[in-house]
Amino acid sequence: MSFDYQNIVTISVYGSAIALILIGIYAILIKKNLIKIVIGMSIVDAGIHLLFVAIGYINNGTAPIFSPGNENRVLDMVDPIPQALVLTAIVIGFATTAVALALVIRLYKHHGSASVDNIKSLKW
Amino acid sequence: MKRFFVIAMLAVVGYYLTASLTHIPFGVNRIGTPSEEATVSGYYLNNTKEKSQVANVVTAIVVNYRGFDTLGEVTVLFLATTGLASILFRRKEDDEEHERINKPSSSLLQTGSKFLFPLVVLLGIYVFIHGHLTPGGGFQGGAIIATGFLLMLIAYQKYHVGHAMLTWVESLAGITFVTIGIWGLLTGGSFLDNSYFPAGTLNSLISGGAIPIIYIAVGFKVGAELTGVLDILLNTKEDKPKLSK
Repeated sequence: MSFDYQNIVTISVYGSAIALILIGIYAILIKKNLIKIVIGMSIVDAGIHLLFVAIGYINNGTAPIFSPGNENRVLDMVDPIPQALVLTAIVIGFATTAVALALVIRLYKHHGSASVDNIKSLKW
Repeated sequence: MKRFFVIAMLAVVGYYLTASLTHIPFGVNRIGTPSEEATVSGYYLNNTKEKSQVANVVTAIVVNYRGFDTLGEVTVLFLATTGLASILFRRKEDDEEHERINKPSSSLLQTGSKFLFPLVVLLGIYVFIHGHLTPGGGFQGGAIIATGFLLMLIAYQKYHVGHAMLTWVESLAGITFVTIGIWGLLTGGSFLDNSYFPAGTLNSLISGGAIPIIYIAVGFKVGAELTGVLDILLNTKEDKPKLSK
């Protein structure tokens, strides 16, 4: 594997997506604070979105918009489907994060702590 | 010890992710040549312009081809808002003595946000009205509008968004979306089939049939929902948590 421009771009884009996913899972599994666990979930989200959009990219591609003057450039447009799916996924990610934060607020008020160590009802 | 196991597990997950991604080269055209329409993306790229006269292909996919999915997505957002409100609901009488603890914000912040608020809302409305022409759309515009309301909620402690107004905006926008869908069913097509609308001309404001109308409705709905979420989260009263130990 030679280190030309294409390989460096590939490694950096895919590498950062994988790194974001792994960092997020690490935060979910290791951190004690519930807020940090929710942040970890958001980081996994971001990594997956980056991976999706990166897979749809085409070298030297343009945005899939027929803007004035570009009405006939179909050949070098990037794949529009991953972008539409990521648009959906971002909204769903927002919804899950909001509900998770509401649950964290409730737990904090009930137990006086947002740490999983202090919430006894989580243990079984 | 636990940390060691987690890192070992993450190494395995990372190895397999990397190994599978080496088979997917970055930046390669996977759509195929548009003339033969080998893939779904090729079909969308070829037919959006002629059939629905929408400049932004992503908008056409989100609102037209996958319109049912978008209806479900808006429903999920609505359910999240409702769930949030029901989780954080407090009865009125035990709220009396608490106010938001923060100090009142400075007059610089208050004047600045009063100045910026209409401009931010205007930008949001611009983004979702032009959702079929530019990169943008209902979800993005709604999020921008909610940002404007967040500015006001942070700057003014007494600022309160009327929940009746939010509910009305949200319901009317949802009803518009579903009505357009059912109208497609009644005029002989399928649910959310909007081919009965005149398509208009490409790259003008009135183009794409029902797509701008649906996206405007989605913009209002998302803006109202996100504003509701922010209002609920910010106005959750801080009481002294009782210690469980």
